[in-house]
Amino acid sequence: MGGLQKKKYERGSATNYITRNKARKKLQLSLADFRRLCILKGIYPHEPKHKKKVNKGSTAPRTFYLLKDIRFLLHEPIVRKFREYKVFVRKLRKAYGKAEWTGVERLRDNKPGYKLDHIIKERYPTFVDALRDIDDALSMCFLFSTFARTGKCHVQTITLCRRLSVEWMNYIIASRSLKKVFLSIKGIYYQAEVLGQVITWLVPYQFAHDHPTDVDYRVMATFTEMYTTLLGFVNFRLYQTLNLVYPPKVSQSLSQPWVKHILNKLSALSASLARVVATAEEEENQMDQFPTEGDQENLEAREKEQKEQEAHKRLFEGLKFFLNREVPRESLAFILRCFGAEVSWDQSLCIGGTYDVTDESITHQIVDRPNMDKQYINRYYIQPQWVFDTVNAKMLLPVEDYFIGVTLPPHLSPFVEEKDGDYVPPEKLKLMALQRGEKPDDDDDDDDDEEEEEEEDDDDGDDDELTEERNLKKMENQRAQGKTLAVKVTPGKVRPWETGSVGNRVRLEQEEKAEEKRLAIMMMKKKEKYLYDKIMFGKKRTVREANKLTAKRKAHEDASKAEKKAKKQ
Amino acid sequence: MPTVNLEIQKKGTMSKAKEKSAKKRVAEEDDDQFPIFDKDIAEKENLEDEDDLSDSDESVFSGLEDSGSDSEEDGEGDEDGDDEDEDCAIISDEILKNDTVAETSAKPTATVKNTSKHQDEKLESAGKKNIKKGKGIVMEDGGEKGLTTTFQGLTTTLPADEYDQDTSDEEDVRNTVGNIPMEWYQDYPHIGYDLDGKKIFKPIRNKDELDEFLDKMENPDYWRTVHDKTTASDIRLSDEQVDLVHRLQKGQFGDASFNEYEPSVDFFTNEVMIHPVTNRPQDKRSFIPSLIEKQKVSKMVHAIKMGWIKPRKPKETTPQYYDLWAKEDPNAILGRHKMHVPAPKMRLPGHEESYNPPPEYLLTEEERLAWEQQDPEDRKLPFLPQKHSCLRAVPAFSRFIHERFERCLDLYLCPRQRKMRVNVNPEDLIPKLPKPKDLQPFPTTMSLVYRGHTSLVRSISASPTGQWLVSGSDDCTVRFWEVNTGRCLKTLEVGGAVKGVAWNPNPAVCLVAVCFESTVLLLNPALGDRLVVGATDQLITSYEPPEEDKEQAVTWALSEGPEHDKGHRLTLTHPKGVKQVVWHGKGDYLSSVMPDNTSNLQVLIHQVSKRRTQNPFRKNKGLVQCVSFHPLRPYFFVATQRCVRVYNLIKQELTKKLTANCKWISSMAIHPGGDNLICGSYDCRLAWFDLDLSTKPYKMLRHHKKALRGVAYHKHYPLFASGADDGSVIVCHGMVYNDLLQNPLIVPVKVLRGHQITHDLGVLDVTFHPTQPWVFSSGADATIRLFT
Repeated sequence: MGGLQKKKYERGSATNYITRNKARKKLQLSLADFRRLCILKGIYPHEPKHKKKVNKGSTAPRTFYLLKDIRFLLHEPIVRKFREYKVFVRKLRKAYGKAEWTGVERLRDNKPGYKLDHIIKERYPTFVDALRDIDDALSMCFLFSTFARTGKCHVQTITLCRRLSVEWMNYIIASRSLKKVFLSIKGIYYQAEVLGQVITWLVPYQFAHDHPTDVDYRVMATFTEMYTTLLGFVNFRLYQTLNLVYPPKVSQSLSQPWVKHILNKLSALSASLARVVATAEEEENQMDQFPTEGDQENLEAREKEQKEQEAHKRLFEGLKFFLNREVPRESLAFILRCFGAEVSWDQSLCIGGTYDVTDESITHQIVDRPNMDKQYINRYYIQPQWVFDTVNAKMLLPVEDYFIGVTLPPHLSPFVEEKDGDYVPPEKLKLMALQRGEKPDDDDDDDDDEEEEEEEDDDDGDDDELTEERNLKKMENQRAQGKTLAVKVTPGKVRPWETGSVGNRVRLEQEEKAEEKRLAIMMMKKKEKYLYDKIMFGKKRTVREANKLTAKRKAHEDASKAEKKAKKQ
Repeated sequence: MPTVNLEIQKKGTMSKAKEKSAKKRVAEEDDDQFPIFDKDIAEKENLEDEDDLSDSDESVFSGLEDSGSDSEEDGEGDEDGDDEDEDCAIISDEILKNDTVAETSAKPTATVKNTSKHQDEKLESAGKKNIKKGKGIVMEDGGEKGLTTTFQGLTTTLPADEYDQDTSDEEDVRNTVGNIPMEWYQDYPHIGYDLDGKKIFKPIRNKDELDEFLDKMENPDYWRTVHDKTTASDIRLSDEQVDLVHRLQKGQFGDASFNEYEPSVDFFTNEVMIHPVTNRPQDKRSFIPSLIEKQKVSKMVHAIKMGWIKPRKPKETTPQYYDLWAKEDPNAILGRHKMHVPAPKMRLPGHEESYNPPPEYLLTEEERLAWEQQDPEDRKLPFLPQKHSCLRAVPAFSRFIHERFERCLDLYLCPRQRKMRVNVNPEDLIPKLPKPKDLQPFPTTMSLVYRGHTSLVRSISASPTGQWLVSGSDDCTVRFWEVNTGRCLKTLEVGGAVKGVAWNPNPAVCLVAVCFESTVLLLNPALGDRLVVGATDQLITSYEPPEEDKEQAVTWALSEGPEHDKGHRLTLTHPKGVKQVVWHGKGDYLSSVMPDNTSNLQVLIHQVSKRRTQNPFRKNKGLVQCVSFHPLRPYFFVATQRCVRVYNLIKQELTKKLTANCKWISSMAIHPGGDNLICGSYDCRLAWFDLDLSTKPYKMLRHHKKALRGVAYHKHYPLFASGADDGSVIVCHGMVYNDLLQNPLIVPVKVLRGHQITHDLGVLDVTFHPTQPWVFSSGADATIRLFT
């Protein structure tokens, strides 16, 4: 046999992957630079299918990159910029050491920088790709915009993040694309649908952060650098699609002429934006009628859905809100304006408030305090959760549950979609009934009573046997007393499973089928049996969890009921 | 202010000059002294080194001198400085010549910038150092000439008049040989040259050691006499000089009139002087604008006018955005993107993350404790659900930045892999088998329970007609039952726990083999047809013993008297305990098993008609569990712990060895067709062998939860049953086709329960009714059950 000897690990998957250190050596970069490059270019390690083969027989834990990815990085112009920056730092240090201040100044002026435009274009070849990946960018920008200017990162970054996030919110308001909101313990989740892409982002509550020490802010800053670039371009494009001017301008001048800074005006979220073509105010995009015959129902369904969406967009239209000082102004103003409400707030809180508390036409005032001294009769005083729940329910919920000082109903996550078998909280069931247009049952107390009655009935049903026994005992006792007794033969009850009724047959059939299945399971192959057992285990677990939640709920309700009764007495 | 500066400058130079001279002095003095000092010890190299060092020092000093005095000084000042420098040099020379003890051991230091104060300090310290040495010298040692010589200079020039007659001409120099080591003149009669160039001869020294000693003893001035190397003469120190030495030894200044504690004059105070230090008028050039500067400025002005110089633009800090996707081309996707695995999105929050969740999502106290004790990685929820009564009560989430950071890490550090998740419907995994309904008949319900035994029923056997059933139990009885009624017809006491019973399969013979302890009993139960019973008795009595009596492994004994009345016919006494008896299909041969790991006497085959016994095996091939005859051909199956051996009885050879993939075979049954075999094992498995197919099991069934104890085939119906310790009997449909290409079809059709589990034992034996699709099972709960 001729030919060269085949060597191990010189072909196949071993050659497709490269370890991190080798990649770093190939690129001649320090680890920090390599990481930064990976973050910016979106290069991530891959988990090979056969790790041992790729690792050349070793089982040591290593991270592998695709060799193609690393080759692709070789030609990245940013790598050169990194090296230039390194040289710059070295020169600067030297100038400092020699106390050459003019030199330092000169170097500072010529500090090398880089742009990420081409990387964004490369990572997201189409605009939709960029939109698909914008979740993290938004969350990060919103987080950074809440940072204090204390040196955790550059002030420019913070202001830029703030600007971009405000622009994004203004776009969402202008396009009215907000769909869901959720008050979690972490922050406020928003979900919007932009150009068909569902985008979710999380905004922390407005508090000062206590910065953890075990977080590498350089990594975060690098991500932010990339994300701000991405978000800027996305904002530009989005504004263009709505015919809005970018960078945004406020259309009508605000009442406060002294507010010079456009960002402040924008962040008030109260003004509409300037358009490129002023006339194109509102276009009703009617759906075209396609002459399709087969999908008539489908089409109707779609039309209905469209209508629902339109209605959702105009949820708060015609309502006039006033925000008290203690409620989170930005998020509420954002949400309310997204659904077409008029919002105002106290002048001392922020600029951009258009009317005062004394305005008679205010329909809702959002309050988050135990009581109010001066109340107007012609408006509802409600807690902020009403706004969130209403948006999620896609309909104006009754305000009674959300009045001042009232114990709020639980706030449910709009992101949970229950499959059959999952636990559905009773509040959700009630809400679904409301959405279907069913009248909610009367007061809770009535509900409870009914339930109690039902329970009693149930008890009766269960206790049939018991009563029978009791009767028998009574009879026996009477007989024991030795008195003359009118012996009576009562007709016995026929139990359903003893007769050949329909139910019995059905049950028998079911049993048969179950046994058949059991027997068939016995004949399964070992491998399949394992898989089957695993699947069934998972199913059982979900059922168990659902049962647990139900039991907990029941226990809670029983406890609260008992408490109520105790109070009554 | 320039004047002040100047003054300071001068002062500086002065001090520098002084200091420098001091240095020089130190250095040169070293040159001078060392050779003398360690005359005997020091080597020449060392000396040269020292020389070199001093040279280099000097050069350094001179360089400094230049640099110090150039640049900003006026001509006048320069001159002054120069003069003074020269003076200093001279002075220093003098000092050198007439040097003091103080500097003897001071070493040349490399430090260049020293203030005058510093120098003083140094001198002081040097003096201190010398105190010790000086003492040594003065008190006892005259041999240390190096030190003593140095005093000589002091006699000639005193520091007081040194500055008065300030010329080198007037210096009293006796030896002008210069600054050379004096040992060069050791071999010469002269010691140097005077000013006229004449030789200075060494004084005639006729002092030897003795003279020296006498001198030391007698001369009262000996202690103040020093030897001058340069003139080679002894000098007697004057009182002043001695005083000076004493003072220096004490570390005091040489000059007695020097005030150490002069009030210090702070030249560089923070107080601003209102008057210039000098009265020098300002230069003219300080009034007149510089011409060169004017030219430079005008050049720049011109350049600005012409637009050559532009003001530096402030750098753009705000990023510029534009329509990046103006010309987007969805086809222009890099090759890399084929392997792209997009990062999964963040999980959306559930109800439990709400600030006001439904009460069932809140953790109870125990759950919370368990949550806290778990590792953060193991936690199902990364946070504790909390309920807040209103929005204003919601605090900041402390791990917000952490979570975002972890997301970042996941995005760029976490290896990604595309995982194909197949969504399997579990129903599809279940094999499609024919419905049990279509495979009827098979036993489905328990119809009869035969009660009577008081201990576990080890073995049962049905009569070939199917009318009777025999059972052997641990309560040392054998019972005969009528199958249809469940009546116990007969109970026979035997001498031990019955291990096995077997009804003769020949319908023409009514004989039951029972084994207990080491005995196999052949019984005639006298049930059924009288003729058959009689024929059986006749068959047994018609035996004629052969002529030559062969030694046999067992003893055959005919029962008589009351035992005969009970039904006993023949008793076979074995050498060891018998576990199982099995009949051949024809009913003449009978095999008994005596499990024993050590000998080859484990299996015996008896022929009833000839009352003959033989041991077919010469070797022990492992512990025999059970044996069986092939229903049609002369084959014999022996099951050991892990395999089944098939022997050809005619050829007397091993034909096949079947390996059951189980640990310990418990029971075995042969299909009536003879080509298939099932083995039950104690490790819950049932192996079906197809003898034509392979020596490995065709199918392994793991449907029992516990050890299998008995297996059985039905004679006519395609059924087999297995009983196990979990108390269940599983009946399977096992169809064997005549077509050799078609594999047997095995379908479990019924799980029969009824036996109670006692002492962890369930069903011990199963057997089928010979004609009906019924199955009998005997259990550890002392019952026999019939399933029809």
